[in-house]
Amino acid sequence: MSSIATAEVQNGAATTPAVSNADDYRASEHIVRVRGVKRVYKIGEVQVHALRGIDLDIKRGEFMAIMGPSGSGKSTLFNMVGGLDKPSDGTVFIDEVDIAQLDAGELAWLRCRKIGYIFQTFNLIPVMTALENVTLPMIFAGAGVDEQMEKGKRLLETVGLGDRLHNKPGQLSGGQQQRVAIARALANDPAIILADEPTGNLDQKVGEEIIQMLKRLNKESGVTIITATHDDKMYKRADRVSIVIDGEIQAVVPPEQLGDNTVDGFLAQLKEEKDAAAIRDLETAAEVTATNAAITGEG
Amino acid sequence: MAAMTSGTARVERQISLPFKQAFRIALRNITIRVGRAMITGAGTMLGIAFLMSVFASNLMLTARGVEPSPAQAQKAAWLVAMSLLVSFVGITNSMLMSVTERYKEIGTFKCLGALDNFIVKMFLIESGLLGFFGSLIGSIVGLLFVIVTNLGFVGAFNWALALLYMLACIVLGTLLSVGAALPPAIRAAKMQAVDAMRTEV
Repeated sequence: MSSIATAEVQNGAATTPAVSNADDYRASEHIVRVRGVKRVYKIGEVQVHALRGIDLDIKRGEFMAIMGPSGSGKSTLFNMVGGLDKPSDGTVFIDEVDIAQLDAGELAWLRCRKIGYIFQTFNLIPVMTALENVTLPMIFAGAGVDEQMEKGKRLLETVGLGDRLHNKPGQLSGGQQQRVAIARALANDPAIILADEPTGNLDQKVGEEIIQMLKRLNKESGVTIITATHDDKMYKRADRVSIVIDGEIQAVVPPEQLGDNTVDGFLAQLKEEKDAAAIRDLETAAEVTATNAAITGEG
Repeated sequence: MAAMTSGTARVERQISLPFKQAFRIALRNITIRVGRAMITGAGTMLGIAFLMSVFASNLMLTARGVEPSPAQAQKAAWLVAMSLLVSFVGITNSMLMSVTERYKEIGTFKCLGALDNFIVKMFLIESGLLGFFGSLIGSIVGLLFVIVTNLGFVGAFNWALALLYMLACIVLGTLLSVGAALPPAIRAAKMQAVDAMRTEV
C-alpha cells in the first residue's frame, strides 16, 4: 500500500514553510522520485509482476533503507532507482530527470557522475590495484591523470586504506575490498550512493564498520544513501525504512518504529496487522451493512 | 535555483574513452593475465607460423631452382587455406572465452559509467595487441623453421619477398584476431549492466 509513502510526502510538503510553488519545492528536496512504477518480466509465456505500482520519494541527503524478503521486488526497485533498469510503466526521476527519456550516452553519464554503486560482492576489477579501481570512474569522467591520482589517494585515505594503494583486490580482506568499493563509489562526487546489501558478504564486526563509514559519509558530505538490506544493524542507522512485499511498498517508517524487531519479525508483524486490519474492515463493513439495513428498515 | 531547471538539461552525455586510456587498460589486462593471454596469442601464433612456413617453403623451392608443378601449387594453396582456418577457429574460441569469463567485470564497468563502445574498444585493442604479437612471433618462427631446414640454399633466398610475406602474415593475423573478438565483444557490451553482473560463468 503505497498510500502511506505518498501521504507522508504530502504531509512533509504541507509543513514546509514559504515555498512558492509545490513543484519547485519537490525539485529541490527530492533526489529520487518514483511514480507508479511497475515492472513486468516475461519468462516464457508467464508474466511476472516484480513491481506493482510503486510510489516513493527519497530526500536529498537521506539515508534510506529498502527492506523486503527475497523475491519481493526489492532488488528490482533498487535497480530502477539506480538507473540500471527501466520501468514497464510509471516514471523514475533522478534529480528531476525522467530516466526513461535518456539515451545510452546520457544514462552512462548519470551512472558515472550522479550515482555511486556498492555491491554485495564488492565487484572490484581483479586485475587492477585499489588505486586503479578507484580512479576508473574518473577515467570515464575524463579527469586528468594528476587529478585522478591525487583524488584517488585521498579517497582511499578517507576509507582508511592509505597504505594499500597498490594492492590488488585478491590481496585485500572482504572489509578492505568493500572500503575500496566505497572509495570508488565516491570517485566522481555522486549525489546518490546505491548500496546493494553492502554487508551481506561480511562478518558482523566488519559489516558494522562499513555501516558506520556509510553513515559518516552521509552525515559529513550529505550524499544520499539508498541501500537494500537485510541487516538489522544497517536499517537502524537509516533515516527511513521502506518495506517492500510482493512488489508493493507496505510502509515507509522511521527505524525506531520497527523497534527491536528483526527484519523478519517486523515483516511478520506487519503481515499480521494487515490481516487483522482486513478482518476488521470486513467486520466493519458487515456492521455498516447491518446498520444500514436497520436504518433502511426503520425508514 | 539551479535545481529548478527541468528536464534533461542537467544531464550531459558521457564522453568517449580516450584511446590512450583504453590502451592502458587493455595492456594491463594482458600483462596481468599473462597465462591467459599466452594461450589466446598461441592460437594466432601457431596458425600464422604455419601460414608463413608455407609461404617461405614456396620461396625456398624457387631458391633451389625447382619450378613447382601445378599439383604442388595446388597443395600449397590448400595448406594456406587450412592454416587460415586453424588460426580463425583458434582465435575465435579463445576470444569468446576471454570475453564470457569477464561478463561480471563488464557489468561493473557499465555501472561505473562505461559506454558500450568503451567496452568494445578495450576488447578490440586487447585482441589487436594479442593478434599483432602472436603473428609477429608466429611469422618469425615459421620463417626460421624453413630456413633452418634448408640452410644450404639460403644464398639464393628472396629475402625481400619473404619480408613482404611476413608483413602480410602479421596484418592478416591481427585482422583475424580483431575480427574474431568483435562479435563477442559487441554482445558483451550490449548486455544490460544488471544482467551482465548476474551472469555466473
